[in-house]
Amino acid sequence: MATLFDKIWDAHVVHDLGDDWALLHIDRQLLHDLSGPHSLQALLDRGLKPADVDLVFATADHAVSSAPGRTGMTYPPGGRLWTALKGLAADAGVRLFDLGEDGQGIVHVMGPELGLVLPGLTLICGDSHTCTNGALGALAFGVGSTEGVHALATSTLRLRRPKQMRVKLEGRLGRGVTAKDVILQTIGILGTAAGTEHAIEFAGSAVEAMSIEARLTLCNLSVELGARSGIVAPDETTFAYIEGRPFAPRGAEFERAVDHWRRLYSDADARFDQDVALDVSDFGPTVTWGVSPEHALPIEGRTPDPESTPDPGQRGAIQAALDYMGLQPGQPIAGAKVDRVFIGSCANSRISDLREAAAIAKGHKVAATVTAWVVPGSLAVKRQAEAEGLDEVFRSAGFEWREPGCSMCVAANGEQVAPGARAVSTSNRNFVGRQGPGARTHLASPAMAAAAAITGEIFDVRRL
Amino acid sequence: MTPFVELVGRAAPLPLANVDTDVIIRIEASVDRQNLGRHAFAPLRYNSDGSERAEFPPNQPAFRGAPILIAGANFGCGSSRETAVWAIQGMGFRCVIAESFGDIFYSNCFQNGFLPIRLSEAAVTDLMAQAQAGAGDFKIDLAGQVVTTPNGTPYRFDIDPLRREGLLEGLDDVGFTLKQMSLIRSWQARDREERPWVWATSGLRKTTA
Repeated sequence: MATLFDKIWDAHVVHDLGDDWALLHIDRQLLHDLSGPHSLQALLDRGLKPADVDLVFATADHAVSSAPGRTGMTYPPGGRLWTALKGLAADAGVRLFDLGEDGQGIVHVMGPELGLVLPGLTLICGDSHTCTNGALGALAFGVGSTEGVHALATSTLRLRRPKQMRVKLEGRLGRGVTAKDVILQTIGILGTAAGTEHAIEFAGSAVEAMSIEARLTLCNLSVELGARSGIVAPDETTFAYIEGRPFAPRGAEFERAVDHWRRLYSDADARFDQDVALDVSDFGPTVTWGVSPEHALPIEGRTPDPESTPDPGQRGAIQAALDYMGLQPGQPIAGAKVDRVFIGSCANSRISDLREAAAIAKGHKVAATVTAWVVPGSLAVKRQAEAEGLDEVFRSAGFEWREPGCSMCVAANGEQVAPGARAVSTSNRNFVGRQGPGARTHLASPAMAAAAAITGEIFDVRRL
Repeated sequence: MTPFVELVGRAAPLPLANVDTDVIIRIEASVDRQNLGRHAFAPLRYNSDGSERAEFPPNQPAFRGAPILIAGANFGCGSSRETAVWAIQGMGFRCVIAESFGDIFYSNCFQNGFLPIRLSEAAVTDLMAQAQAGAGDFKIDLAGQVVTTPNGTPYRFDIDPLRREGLLEGLDDVGFTLKQMSLIRSWQARDREERPWVWATSGLRKTTA
């Protein structure tokens, strides 16, 4: 009666520390240019080296420019971090997938793509969206930079076993509905604190039917449910995705690994601290209206009215969110005029995301009032898209086709939405100021973002 | 790390739920490591011209320099940036009390000798009211796990024994675990037999270069 989480956790306990605490083995540590340099510097300052350098991988994604023709120094403040990451990775002997090099990309895009992420692994990164990697059946979670030092020095972390939550998503996705719409609706229903102190497992027929790239999108927003990790049990879809990737096992070793991975599922009688089931069949295209991912609305929806909210604290928060977003109470969300469109981020920058956006953009023009960007998640995604001619589809529609990285999702590279400007973004956070001071962010799927670019407003992609 | 044993001082109220780490420290400001305290809570704390917003309680004379922050639920949700903790410390806070916290932020606090206290909604409501009244000092006794309000009401809080001990002693986790490397190495030796594919990464290093 073990859960999938139990099986992975228990297999990684090096030492029981008592009171639900364990010294847990960490099988993979990924570093990026924002948090990686601090962890590496602190490690080296103590006179230490990585305990197992072959388990550590680095890339530059957060603070590097996404401008066509960029170098690491195009955005100078990020250039300092990039230079530090390169130097420190070399000093520590850590494999870096640098700009322009095969493997470079958003850390949660390149990891699965290279086969660095495998079922049953424990994997950490100094980044809250590390939960993305749970899509492959790995126990993956974000850490702070000091925990990162501990893991580099010892290949372990001291961790308290979290509570467990299962989110069963049943039914079939309707037309124009993607994993992004499903997870935004789920957050809207359950709230951003529903999974706090829990590890989440996503299960159910809708999840089983999803591709790995869709599951990566789903798990990406686990942290927006409050959970440090979100996981999907590995299945034939997973094994087929992994086979042949550069760092995946090969031949007889792959078969042996698959035998092992087939045991990674929650037993029928497994118990969860929270067990919720949602029918996704009625979910439609979804967009956020406010400043938290739980401010999710079906595209036909209207913004809330603070006057009809009984709790004074919530009333104030809703009013503040409406004011920040420049929206009226009870306003239909469709039709709000858009200034910027961003297609990218660890939520939605993979090849299937770009195909979905390109299918909408093809033969249309970006509205004259909109600046629209496509930022592929990795060099491999960029090359694949170019081989399929998607870059030409985007360019001829008037989108900018840019270099891989985090870009405008977190605006750590200076690529900001202007104060008061309204953006439809395929990223995962619509927090106050996330995309720049005063930026107004609406989260949506790649197809919905492409529809917003073309029409110049928040628009139901099914009506195009 | 500086041990945390006891703290006596005023508490600044911040009655907002879901204050995320992007609001606590903007990402580009988080690079300015020497001045994080100045950048903390910028969207709540400053007007667009850089002047202070009087509505932000820690800007008010009664709360300036207070070592305790009383916050709304789900404080520190969002990004894993540890600079969020450093920024709050940079303002002079040593403890934050809320009904709940973002998981990664909560963990990061303990790495820095900073105490996050979880209390019930009712307790936080009372603490918030007493903080807003500005009636006097709060006392936090970590060994006894009690917060005492200015009017003398004691609230007991839960904390993991390992974390409490770490704060009380100012312990360094890395130093502690390094002493257990032989345990780690023997676990790894077994794992290399059972899951060789986990460890086969070095042989493949050049294939993607």
